Amino acid sequence: MNASLLMSLPELVLSVGAIALMLVSAWGGQASTRLVSWASVAVLIGAGIALMGPASSGGSAFGGLYRADAFAAFAKVLIYGASAVAIILAPRFFAIGSGDDLRPEYPVLILLSAAGMGMMVSAGDLLTLYVGLELQSLAAYVLASFMRRDVRSAEAGLKYFVLGALASGILLYGISLVYGFSGTTLFSSIATAYGAGQSLGLTFGLVFVFAGLAFKMSAVPFHMWTPDVYEGAPTPVTAFFASAPKVAAIGLAVRVAVEAMGPATDQWRQIVIFAALASIIFGAVAAIGQTNVKRLLAYSSINNVGFVLIGLAAGTQEGVAAVLFYLTVYIVMTLGSFIVVLQMKDSEGQPVETIASLAGLSRSRPALALAMATFMFSLAGIPPLLGFNAKLAVFNAAVHGGLYPLAVAGFVASVIGAYYYLRVVKVMYFDAPGEAYSGRATPVESLLVTLAALFVSPVGWLTLGALGVWTNTAAKALF
Amino acid sequence: MLSIMLAIPAIAAIACLFASAQGARWIALIATLVDLVLGIGLWANFDIGGPQWQFVENAGSLGVFSWKLGIDGFALMLVMLSVFLMPICIGASWVAITERVQEYMAAFLITEMLMIGTFTAQDMFLFYIFFEAGLIPMYLIIGIWGGANRIYASYKFFLYTLLGSVLMLVAMLWMVSFSGTSDIPTLLNTDFPVRVQPWLWLAFFASFAVKMPMWPFHTWLPDAHVQAPTAGSVILAGVLLKLGGYGFLRFSLPMFPEASAQFGWLILSLSAIAVIYTSLVALVQSDMKKLIAYSSVAHMAIVTIGLFAFNRQGLEGAMIVMLSHGLVSAALFLCVGVIYDRLHTREISRYGGLAINMPRYALLFMLFTMASVGLPGTSGFVGEFLSLAGTYRVSTLATLLCTTGIILGAAYMLYLYRRVVFGEIVHDDVRAMPDLSLREIALLAPIAAVVLWMGVYPESFLSPMRGDVATLQARIARAAPAGDSLPTAGKALATPAEHAEVRP
Repeated sequence: MNASLLMSLPELVLSVGAIALMLVSAWGGQASTRLVSWASVAVLIGAGIALMGPASSGGSAFGGLYRADAFAAFAKVLIYGASAVAIILAPRFFAIGSGDDLRPEYPVLILLSAAGMGMMVSAGDLLTLYVGLELQSLAAYVLASFMRRDVRSAEAGLKYFVLGALASGILLYGISLVYGFSGTTLFSSIATAYGAGQSLGLTFGLVFVFAGLAFKMSAVPFHMWTPDVYEGAPTPVTAFFASAPKVAAIGLAVRVAVEAMGPATDQWRQIVIFAALASIIFGAVAAIGQTNVKRLLAYSSINNVGFVLIGLAAGTQEGVAAVLFYLTVYIVMTLGSFIVVLQMKDSEGQPVETIASLAGLSRSRPALALAMATFMFSLAGIPPLLGFNAKLAVFNAAVHGGLYPLAVAGFVASVIGAYYYLRVVKVMYFDAPGEAYSGRATPVESLLVTLAALFVSPVGWLTLGALGVWTNTAAKALF
Repeated sequence: MLSIMLAIPAIAAIACLFASAQGARWIALIATLVDLVLGIGLWANFDIGGPQWQFVENAGSLGVFSWKLGIDGFALMLVMLSVFLMPICIGASWVAITERVQEYMAAFLITEMLMIGTFTAQDMFLFYIFFEAGLIPMYLIIGIWGGANRIYASYKFFLYTLLGSVLMLVAMLWMVSFSGTSDIPTLLNTDFPVRVQPWLWLAFFASFAVKMPMWPFHTWLPDAHVQAPTAGSVILAGVLLKLGGYGFLRFSLPMFPEASAQFGWLILSLSAIAVIYTSLVALVQSDMKKLIAYSSVAHMAIVTIGLFAFNRQGLEGAMIVMLSHGLVSAALFLCVGVIYDRLHTREISRYGGLAINMPRYALLFMLFTMASVGLPGTSGFVGEFLSLAGTYRVSTLATLLCTTGIILGAAYMLYLYRRVVFGEIVHDDVRAMPDLSLREIALLAPIAAVVLWMGVYPESFLSPMRGDVATLQARIARAAPAGDSLPTAGKALATPAEHAEVRP
């Protein structure tokens, strides 16, 4: 078989799987939902297995359009894992929804989105980048409005689509400028063009490309869609948005920054530093006033993207390794938090989303409260939880890169962030119990939340050594 | 050995979560007692005059940091203080805590583990992890089992101390990237560039000054103390405040001697202000716990001036003040807790005349009041005298100002004692208060014994630290300030003994 096809095997598995399952769901209708869901998880696992072959060999396929290196493989593991969790979480949420059943298209859309995200992190060319990004986005627009009878969900989908289209426009404009002034769309050749010397057109292109990417990863000042979309979208979809696409967008940004625009590091570093600090501070301050737990987590994701960008700002191999480590810990914490949010149901089984309804959770559901508290303290970056190690890694990279003011400002701003995470703990532990949640977690949910909490807790230190090796190998692939 | 001391409370904490309320109490008590026994074993096997770092363990690297433990004399004494106070804390909460006992005991055991970890960590990041992680259980202890205004106090405690600490973390990152290791014994002998030292020193200062707490960073302390449950106050005053002093001793002084000398004036003036200001504030408090909290700030200022005196008396005095304050303020908070449990108020004016119906209480309270004042024969005197004697050789003015604080200290403590214990009983409910129960005596008597022991024969406590004091003094000698007291040595009548010793 063709070597290029072998290298892109994970995407092929996902695409073929998605198309086949689409046919199954068209044939089987509503009744096939369960089958398609589990089959989709199997396809994701299959794609993960396919990563072990030539897909992580470090080669490049299709004449440089597609990279099959360790960096892409690492990001894809995270993406596939988060996608699988989003599929697993869905049935129970939709089962109690108001007539909006889970349809078999849901897992298929996630598969397509995952294929797009795989293309994003493997992109070696501006066109691959754009195609992957659009495939991911189009699937995501539909997913956001998946609860057809829910006004907020429809609004979320529309908002996401309009603003997403605008961002794609900005990105395309940047791509066209870069292409126009460098004469190529291949990352390696673009790097040569940036290395050749200053050019106003190239600098403008860089700014627009980063603006478009900042939208996709929801970094300030391109974050305004995030809270509304996160709030309106069905909770499993929100969990998905907060995890996998972030990894893909940030992975893509890292690759563009290092591979395509590496010689222009001093130029994009200013943008990244601004976006990082603005995201950390705005994400923290705006979260303070929130009453909806999904909006809170939306601002939390903005805040965390800021910390990830600090690692990127260092622009070194160590910084990229820190970014990957942070992302790993971040998606575990976020998915764990969203599983807890999924348990929030009133006595009639309807989902509730206010932070106040968490009151006294430590008495009605002590284990759940302990898990949520672990995630919150970890997101706040308090040792000995793994969120601290993640922050330490990115700040370490920044200090090694000589970015002392950035490190100091970032750390101080992280204290603001601690305030709103503490508020969740306060509501769960200090307030008098409110109405207890109905229903119990399914065994799969319990297992996932336990695993996530254990990974974040000091038990997770045992994984630090192995994770360090993997992230370093992945980061090395870019340099 | 040290890892076992860390593991026992951690395992017991998990066990508590699955036990009944009474079971959790017993598990916690047994676990803390086992740790106390291990601690005594540690002290008994500590080789005085042996290598600086003993009981060293190295379990290898975990990412950026490694699991390295070990103690010197300073750490040994502070570990002893922690393990000694913990069973007392558990006993103090035996009947006072009736709600969510399992979680309470688990939080205390985790706190114990983290404190021992902080004192024994030999890796800078490991130290930071233990140092900061202590915030989580204390936040929960204050927030869940605290008084009426507990939520405000818990937030203030958490955010205030966190803000101080993150700056320290940036400095640690720089130091590790400069020296290439996070191993504390290596860093202790690393000479950082004099140009950078002030920045690093200030970053560490931000953290330790808040933890200590030094004036004007002390405002979280009265709130936290007043709202915390009795045992929470005990552990806060007894051990957590010592983290700041330990930090200055372990990091600021030996790692940045030049910067420490350069900022000596800052420490001396803040301490002098703290002693006088907080003593005056303590004088007008109507809440007993707040009064003792302010007195803690004043005592901690005596620790800092002793540390930054750069000489042997100062360093030894500072350590003894820390140990003594750990015991005495813990005991004073317990004394407040005893009468709070009976009347459920901390208002001084609601009491009076306790000597009449609670004589045993009055006696023990008297002892601890005197120890707090610094009466000779108690531990307070030894520490304060050494510390001020050391400071005198550096700055006579600072010593003069701080000594006034001792007088003020006597004023507010005796005034408190007079109002609570002496006089006529004016409230009927006070008349009905029973004297100390056996459990309460069992909590207070050991502390009283150690306070007297430290006051009469401090050599037991000084000898394990002597070698470390000498090492530290040699390390910082090159930066020691000249001093303005100009002592002239008189003619010795006999060769002075190196230190006091009982000869059989």
